[in-house]
Amino acid sequence: MSLLAISLPGFPDAAPVAGLAGGVLIGLSAALMLLGAGRIAGVSGIAARAFGIGAGSMPRLGAWAFLVGLPLGALIVASLTGGLEASFAAPLQLAIAGLIVGIGTRLGGGCTSGHGVCGMSRLSQRSLVATATFIATGIATVAIMNAWL
Amino acid sequence: MRQLLVPLASGTIFGAGLALGGMTDPARVRGFLDLFGAWDPTLAFVMGGAVLVMAAAWLVQGKLLRPWFAEGFALPDRSDITPRLVGGSALFGVGWGIAGLCPGPGFAALVIEPVSAAVFVAAMLAGMVAVRLIEGHA
Repeated sequence: MSLLAISLPGFPDAAPVAGLAGGVLIGLSAALMLLGAGRIAGVSGIAARAFGIGAGSMPRLGAWAFLVGLPLGALIVASLTGGLEASFAAPLQLAIAGLIVGIGTRLGGGCTSGHGVCGMSRLSQRSLVATATFIATGIATVAIMNAWL
Repeated sequence: MRQLLVPLASGTIFGAGLALGGMTDPARVRGFLDLFGAWDPTLAFVMGGAVLVMAAAWLVQGKLLRPWFAEGFALPDRSDITPRLVGGSALFGVGWGIAGLCPGPGFAALVIEPVSAAVFVAAMLAGMVAVRLIEGHA
């Protein structure tokens, strides 16, 4: 695992190799969904479909299978690497954030996976605008919280 | 069976990629968004790797008449930029910044920090339901 621990000069906390490897896996996953099932691997849309919140043509069982796979994959990596670091915000903060993420992804028609990975790689104008927008407001939100909270 | 195996495999690889790339750690995601502080560029590598692979997949898709294990493609075809798209994405970014979580890592982290991740996911689903309820009455 030492290769995965390579750092970036000037950014001691960054994990570029692990990040790139993780990204390639995400890309392969989305590629399998596209070429295998003919669909976009957009997590917010699939979640809405699984829970019967959104319409859509994806079979609901298939949506559930994808959702179950997410923690399963994380569990596999956690057991292979001997545990994963994770630092979460307080429950109230998570609840407020979750509510906003749920509303925003339904209105915006996607999240980091659907717009950020699947749409951007297709040069979809909607996804380019969406991704630029949520990265910008995400940066602004963290800056404001760091300055005033 | 294939109808389930393809999404199950896709979701599992996706979750593994998120975990390997550090995206199940909200502190790391917030580190990427902390552009004016102690910036952590890791997420850019994750996004870059994923987009590169998917760009190749789109090239392959263009040559396929139908998917390997399904009857046909069901893909988004809209290109209009609407206030709803921009406003919704702006909101999503705010929530993403507050928690350092987006939908994928929220589900994946259910096995890493079950209670915290469940709070986020439950609230997210409630937000999705709220949109549906409001639009249902509009």
